[in-house]
Amino acid sequence: MMMHATLSALFLGALLAVSLPAAAVDLTISCGTVGREREFCEQATSAWAKETGHHVTLATPPQRTNERFFQYLFDLGQGDSRIDVYQIDIIWTGLLAKHLVDLKQYISQTDIEQNFPAIVANNTVDGRLVGMPWFTDVGLMYYRKDLLEKYGLSVPQDWSELIDIALYIQTQERKAGQSEMWGYVFQGAAYEGLSCNALEWIAAYDGGTVVDKEGAITIDNPQANMAIARAASWVNTVAPPQVTSFNEEDARQMFQSGNAVFMRNWPYAWAMLNAKDSPVAAKVGALPLPRGGVKGISASVLGGWQLAVSKYSKNPEVAADLVRYLTSEAVQKQRAIGGAYPPTIMRLYEDPEILAAVPFLATMRPAMESAVARPVPQTGTDYMAVTTYFWDAVHNVLQGQGTAASNLKALEDQLRHVKFRGGW
Amino acid sequence: MATAEAEIADDRLAGVAGNLTKAQQSQLTRSRVRAAWLFLAPMLILLALVAGWPLFRTIWFSFTDANLSDLGSAKFIGFENYLTRIDGEWYGVLADAEWWNAVWNTMKFSIISVSIETALGLIVALVLNATFKGRSLVRAAVLIPWAIPTIVSAKMWGWMMHDQFGILNHMLLGLGLISAPLAWTASPDLAMVAVIMVDVWKTTPFMALLILAALQMLPTDCYEAARVDGIHPVKVFFKVTLPLIKPALMVAVIFRLLDALRIFDLIYVLTSNSRDTMSMSVYARQQLVDFQAVGYGSAASTLLFLTVALCTVLYITFGRVRFEGR
Repeated sequence: MMMHATLSALFLGALLAVSLPAAAVDLTISCGTVGREREFCEQATSAWAKETGHHVTLATPPQRTNERFFQYLFDLGQGDSRIDVYQIDIIWTGLLAKHLVDLKQYISQTDIEQNFPAIVANNTVDGRLVGMPWFTDVGLMYYRKDLLEKYGLSVPQDWSELIDIALYIQTQERKAGQSEMWGYVFQGAAYEGLSCNALEWIAAYDGGTVVDKEGAITIDNPQANMAIARAASWVNTVAPPQVTSFNEEDARQMFQSGNAVFMRNWPYAWAMLNAKDSPVAAKVGALPLPRGGVKGISASVLGGWQLAVSKYSKNPEVAADLVRYLTSEAVQKQRAIGGAYPPTIMRLYEDPEILAAVPFLATMRPAMESAVARPVPQTGTDYMAVTTYFWDAVHNVLQGQGTAASNLKALEDQLRHVKFRGGW
Repeated sequence: MATAEAEIADDRLAGVAGNLTKAQQSQLTRSRVRAAWLFLAPMLILLALVAGWPLFRTIWFSFTDANLSDLGSAKFIGFENYLTRIDGEWYGVLADAEWWNAVWNTMKFSIISVSIETALGLIVALVLNATFKGRSLVRAAVLIPWAIPTIVSAKMWGWMMHDQFGILNHMLLGLGLISAPLAWTASPDLAMVAVIMVDVWKTTPFMALLILAALQMLPTDCYEAARVDGIHPVKVFFKVTLPLIKPALMVAVIFRLLDALRIFDLIYVLTSNSRDTMSMSVYARQQLVDFQAVGYGSAASTLLFLTVALCTVLYITFGRVRFEGR
């Protein structure tokens, strides 16, 4: 009798398992709400729902990324199963990894490998693929084409050339009556943006990425010291003194009003700089970030968003299929043409239709290829501590509080504490 | 005051008890004790829930490696969050340079702000103690900064101190006192000054009020005697007024000191997590929330709790503060 019951239960189970894919499943996805993100998300998910017969609901997360992160963290920390698919920032992968499923078991190797390797690496925590790249961001060097032409200068190849040109044009323009002109603006306030900028300076001079892939702290090295000390010398010479309180928008506004020759910023600035009412419309070019010296490399920090499946989802397999669909070539192409969201699939940067609709993406490609990732996977749940102490130390140097050497030495000590606590 | 009432009640009870037999007396005492506990129970339960339990949990977490993203899997790790030595290196909150920076900032803030507030509060109280027309109006007006919630006043001052649009810079520039706008809350040299300034503005009325209450209770005969003897008012202040209000002053100072040691809202709103002004509470919050290190942050919170307790004990012992007011 017992045997019989067990057998029939097994049979029933097998029957259910077979018939499951046919049953309609309710999924909830939490995608971004900035700009037209929600609209595009709705379009693509309903297309998938129609195709598969499942049903998808859109959650409404907080608009500010910081708040969104804490909500995700609290929900996932409690094993909340209401949301199946999360849109996560590239710097959250290590922080949320233990609550996310390994997508390698659901998504084919070919689908994964068509993305830029640096982004895939950033999504891989302890060998598990916790996020599937959706759209990307990368640090770019914007410059005033018209001013470089006016003085007969070609685009700079490395950092010292860039600063020389910036200083030269700044001086000449001021002589010509443009008293507000500055050579270079970047993100220098004490926040994540400064961590990105500083990482680009250091990586360009082969000074590492603060914490290396194995989790060893590498920040206190001569190359990093030199890179940070150089950056500090820009403040109040070629960069305005208030640059130490600049975020992306402060830098963009200054550059857009025509008062800066060079600017480091994300791809989003392109559309705004070339808007109809922009004083610098059609006068702007964009480059990958300069190399660190003749032997150095060009290093642009990666940003961007991924899709991840919650470990607590009741239907991880179906959720992973939604992720596969949303990150597929077809949907990324749609989003690139319709909303200028930079794709993560390498091939799409050669797609004639995309390049015709968003020519700017052609300039992004070299930056994507030389991209460096922030030390996210290797620092796990401690990335916020690592980046906070990093930007604090760099900010101190920019403000003239102590030398690069003393600050980076103290930073290395501080990070050793964080590493000990986190056990990475 | 509470003890005085209790004593009177005791006396009454003794008087009644005198007319009762021993058995009746103990029964009455028992029922009174029962009633007392019954009345105390709601308050005790509430305190245990809102103060005792969180405190106990924080202390417990401080001995674990709890992380905000996964509180359930916390493991007991002993004193590792406080201090531990591995491979010849010290680790833990007590070996963290950032923690000691926060301790130093908090001490600096507390001592300077409470000193200034006491001195200013005393002056304001003396002025308000004098009889002049519209005194009650001025007394009420002085209290306004104290009545505004800290978040509101911090935001308000944050705008007034804004480096580009702030009225403070505008006024100082207009008066020709400074040649370029000052970054009040962002500059490392000025941030602490700004925080102390706002705290003094906000809390001086509180000090003034407490001191004023003490001043109003002073006996007039000493002053009459001093006037008859022709003693200089300054001497009267130091020889008569100050010693007489000292007990009340000490209590006011300890209230402020305890408040200042755990300062959080004002600093967090004005300067966020800036290293130049980070207090012990701001440090603990950063570890707990921003870095999700619940175990480590709880250790910092527990140390803050112990620091405040230690300061109180030291102050009461050496200042010989008596709360009875007798």
